[in-house]
Amino acid sequence: MPTNLVLLVLLALAVTYFVLGRRAILSQGQRASGIRSMHSLPHYYGVWAGVAALLPALVLMVLWIGLEDSILRALVASYFPAERPENFIEDVFFTQIKNVAQGNVVGTPPEWVMQAAGAWAGFERSSQNLMSAAVLGTCAVLGFFAYKQVGLEFRARNAVENVIMAVLVACSIVAILTTVGIVFSVLFESIKFFGMVSPMEFFFGLDWIPKANFGENADSGESAYGAIPLFAGTALISAIALIVAVPTGLFSAIFLSEYAGPRLRAIVKPLMEILAGIPTVVYGFFAALTVAPLFKDLFASVGMSASSESALAAGVVMGVMIIPFVSSLSDDVINAVPQSLRDAAYGLGSTKSEAIRQVILPAALPGIVGAILLAVSRAVGETMIVVMAAGLAANLTANPLEAVTTVTSQIVTILKGDQSFNSPMTLSAFALALTLITVTLALNVLAIRIVKKYREQYD
Amino acid sequence: MEATMENTRTTGTADVAWDHDDFQTVGTPGHDDPRMTAGNVDVFYGEKQAIMNVSIDIGANEVVSFIGPSGCGKSTFLRCLNRMNDTIDICRVGGSIMLDGQDIYDPSIDVVPLRARVGMVFQKPNPFPKSIYDNVAYGPRIHGLVDSKAELDEVVEQSLTRAGLWDEAKDRLDQPGTGLSGGQQQRLCIARAIAVSPEVILMDEPCSALDPIATARIEELIHDLSSQFTIVIVTHSMQQAARVSDRTAYFHLGRLVEVGPTKQIFTSPQHSLTQDYITGRFG
Amino acid sequence: MLSPQQATERVAASVGARYRRERRFQMYGKLAIGSALVFLVLFMANILQKGIPGFFQHYVTLEVDLDRELLDPMGDASVDSLFAGNPRRVMQLAIYEATGAESRADQRAAFKLVSTGATNRLRDMILEDPSILGTRMSIQFAVDDDADSYLRGFITKATEERRRRVKDNQMDMIDRLQAEGRIEYKLSDYIFTGSDSRNPELAGIKGAVIGSLLTLAVCLSLAFPIGVAAAVYLEEFAPKNRITDVIEVNINNLAAVPSVVYGILGAAVFINVFGFQRSWPIVGGFVLALMTLPTIIISSRAALKAVPPSIRDAALGMGASRVQVVTHHVLPLALPGMLTGTIIGMAQALGETAPLLMIGMVAFVVDAPSGIFSPSTALPVQIYMWADSAERMFVAKTSAAIIALLSFLVVMNAAAVVLRKKFERRW
Ligand SMILES: Nc1ncnc2c1ncn2[C@@H]1O[C@H](COP(=O)(O)OP(=O)(O)OP(=O)(O)O)[C@@H](O)[C@H]1O
Ligand SMILES: [Mg+2]
Repeated sequence: MPTNLVLLVLLALAVTYFVLGRRAILSQGQRASGIRSMHSLPHYYGVWAGVAALLPALVLMVLWIGLEDSILRALVASYFPAERPENFIEDVFFTQIKNVAQGNVVGTPPEWVMQAAGAWAGFERSSQNLMSAAVLGTCAVLGFFAYKQVGLEFRARNAVENVIMAVLVACSIVAILTTVGIVFSVLFESIKFFGMVSPMEFFFGLDWIPKANFGENADSGESAYGAIPLFAGTALISAIALIVAVPTGLFSAIFLSEYAGPRLRAIVKPLMEILAGIPTVVYGFFAALTVAPLFKDLFASVGMSASSESALAAGVVMGVMIIPFVSSLSDDVINAVPQSLRDAAYGLGSTKSEAIRQVILPAALPGIVGAILLAVSRAVGETMIVVMAAGLAANLTANPLEAVTTVTSQIVTILKGDQSFNSPMTLSAFALALTLITVTLALNVLAIRIVKKYREQYD
Repeated sequence: MEATMENTRTTGTADVAWDHDDFQTVGTPGHDDPRMTAGNVDVFYGEKQAIMNVSIDIGANEVVSFIGPSGCGKSTFLRCLNRMNDTIDICRVGGSIMLDGQDIYDPSIDVVPLRARVGMVFQKPNPFPKSIYDNVAYGPRIHGLVDSKAELDEVVEQSLTRAGLWDEAKDRLDQPGTGLSGGQQQRLCIARAIAVSPEVILMDEPCSALDPIATARIEELIHDLSSQFTIVIVTHSMQQAARVSDRTAYFHLGRLVEVGPTKQIFTSPQHSLTQDYITGRFG
Repeated sequence: MLSPQQATERVAASVGARYRRERRFQMYGKLAIGSALVFLVLFMANILQKGIPGFFQHYVTLEVDLDRELLDPMGDASVDSLFAGNPRRVMQLAIYEATGAESRADQRAAFKLVSTGATNRLRDMILEDPSILGTRMSIQFAVDDDADSYLRGFITKATEERRRRVKDNQMDMIDRLQAEGRIEYKLSDYIFTGSDSRNPELAGIKGAVIGSLLTLAVCLSLAFPIGVAAAVYLEEFAPKNRITDVIEVNINNLAAVPSVVYGILGAAVFINVFGFQRSWPIVGGFVLALMTLPTIIISSRAALKAVPPSIRDAALGMGASRVQVVTHHVLPLALPGMLTGTIIGMAQALGETAPLLMIGMVAFVVDAPSGIFSPSTALPVQIYMWADSAERMFVAKTSAAIIALLSFLVVMNAAAVVLRKKFERRW
């Protein structure tokens, strides 16, 4: 039975159980003293029977479909030749086997692939049949038991509410699963990577020369995985971005919260927010095609040579992107400074700027530091702008006019195309990702701590 | 506050003929040697009028206390005296307020020097999150009152001494002012206010957040300061008003009902509202 | 200590300088806001200026002899026959005639002036209406992107001939065609109806837009229910204990994880474990759903918080169960706020690029995707790919795609604003 049909039958069964459950309780109720003799309203009994039929079967089906591929791979792996050539990549052959199994034969695959494909198709058919039987069986049996439970004494509403609660809890756990997934998807590969390249080399090495070692585009020569140039590039671009974003964002926030009237604020704030809503690819395009050439010409006119993919262009544009982020966070922080401090300052005869510089900003400093840390975390994790405008050359330089590369842009470059797992180049991306996650998370946790402390101070 | 005011209006005072503009303050609002003179002051918060036609003189080196039920406009009027109301967008002030013969609401008058001359102490102690020293030094620094560190040290020491805080604070000048006790914080705020050598000090319920012992110290302090400064104090405690002030002004629903020497207000009030208030019938 | 008089004099002396400082400080504020806004204006102007020409292109009108022998060799106008025909030859004849090209070299040059998509266009026309076979018609064809660049003035005769892609004889032909009024600059058919193509004049955003919509549909149908359910649980039912604390902290931290990491997660889980194929919209939808989930949960919780407790108490007092209170009373009141947050999350997802690169939505896909299980790109990814292309015309098409993307975002954000305004309630 094809999956869609199974799904349809499943739904039909569930609806049937709903109707049956409802009807059963209604007839029992009529024999007793009507609706008041039931513990719950009639539709709860129907829902209970329907949900019992539907939910477990549905979960089973999703799991089955999700895991089918992995299981089939394990089964078919026995067809792989015992002697594998140097550059044997399982994924490539799995794709080929699947294609052949679906009838798309391209070129002349090796004999064992044809056999494996035959087996694959067979397994797939029986898996499909088993799945249909298991899912519909579960549905029918559980639905039946639930239907049997229906009776005047049965607390159907509580049962249904328990199910709802379980679903709600399951949804909340998705957040945890995501985190676990993130950790596991980078951790194992990173460990593999550190088995090939020592952490010393990775964290302190000065040369980043990743080399693909498979397929037709295998590179020759020595590879090196010292990530310092990437860290330095990330730091350089983030620093430029912050130099742009922090003063601009902070001063905008100050002006908007302390000087601007409500009318001006109502106009300017949404305009600034637009900057935050522009997708990062668009910034990247703008940085690469407009800002970088502009800087190049500008610096050429004063006799300095800027590369056409410069850290400066990427950093400046990234800074603009972060301005609204800094400004809205600082705005919150500045508004949290209690009015009594402002009163004290003005009561002593401060001008506005004196009150701001000497009282409000110092009082808001921890909060502002928190906001800046969040901005740093943003800048470090930003990807598209650097991919498009910063270049791929792993230069170790502090010159913002040169091209540099960053952690995120290397991750994208390495993992974007087809790749072989288990090559140090591919794995290096996971090690970079692990580093990135650790750093951004640490920044974030620290920032949230600081801001929280700061808020408590004035509560 | 609004609710309180509405209540008062419906319970006790519906019979008072407020709405006539010919209401006259009872007693002696004038003074022979006025430092500040308020004439026919009206204050509006948006549409709402919070002060109606108030006239009063504040004499040189006297202590005047404002009393009255909550929401009657004491703070509002007090804040007019150094234009702190300017910081509230919707607030408008009419009439005239003179300081040494100069209208402080005149367009040519700048609030910065004005507030240096008319200082303010608030209900809740509000030290800056800076060291004790920097709190007191803040005013002299921004106004450029001192030329050297030594002078500044002297000003800080004198201000703290006059505020009665020097002995407690002299060993911890570099510690944050927010680390002091409530009463000490309030004295720190007073020291901060007198460090700029103002002529008038406005105090809005300076003791309401303090315990009786701290309150007594502040009252003592007010008494000492009155030899050099003109002081206007808002208070909810009639005993306090009686103890510290030379004259007392009673406000009711935005009007100045009665002004007179403190003793007289508390022993033989002339207006029935004043009498009701001090005998504790409402407020 | 100074006397009040001395102090007053000193203050008066200091005021001038202080007000100068005040003005300077205020200037910095204005400068900051001004520069951000100036950037915004320049940016928008730049994108519009580059992008609007991307919606237009040049077309040439040719008289085409729809020769039966050539186009329908089997003579039965069947699909097989039409596909066996030679529309290319027909096109060649038409362009030779229009340009008057006689030498082999001129003829080759002339044929290059018309887009390679022209032959397909011709075949499609006949497939649609075989009765036009044997007639002579004037038909508009897109010109090749190099010829287009010449017509737009990007390529000029001033450049040395061997260094440009349009040669002198081609330029003369184009000039002549233009003089005869055969060339027209008009709204491009392909930008809205085409998908990715190696020929910039044939490239369009349809495939990418459909890919984005499919991805977004998957994302929405997962993220909204899960996000709302999680928010309801955490806000209304969760006991205050270690586990819920962990979930809370977790959600806040997930909101700060760089988007590219979600791409890695997607590749590892959905492609390697679940066996989905790279480039499928369903994978993109899953990844974006996980990414927007924190946003939706956080804003939904805020919406739930804004519902006053009095409403819950009232319903509970009437004997409703906690679940009923939430489903009957709290959720309907919080829904507008939740929807607003969701729309903002979807707008974020629509513009997101990096995670989609990780799961292979960078593929070169010539046809519009037919469903969530067929290879596809997405609008922002298309922008990224075109931005990398060398052809001049792709710059304009990229900017046009950006305008399209920004328009979608404007509509979504406007919807969020309207929703918020409409249901804004003060308790
Ligand atoms: N910032 C403001 N905006 C609008 N109305 C205000 C504002 N401040 C005070 N009011 C109103 O003005 C009236 C007088 O308030 P004010 O604070 O002067 O009273 P008060 O006499 O100081 O009371 P309390 O003894 O409680 O401090 C009140 O009705 C109050 O609601
Ligand atoms: Mg008050």
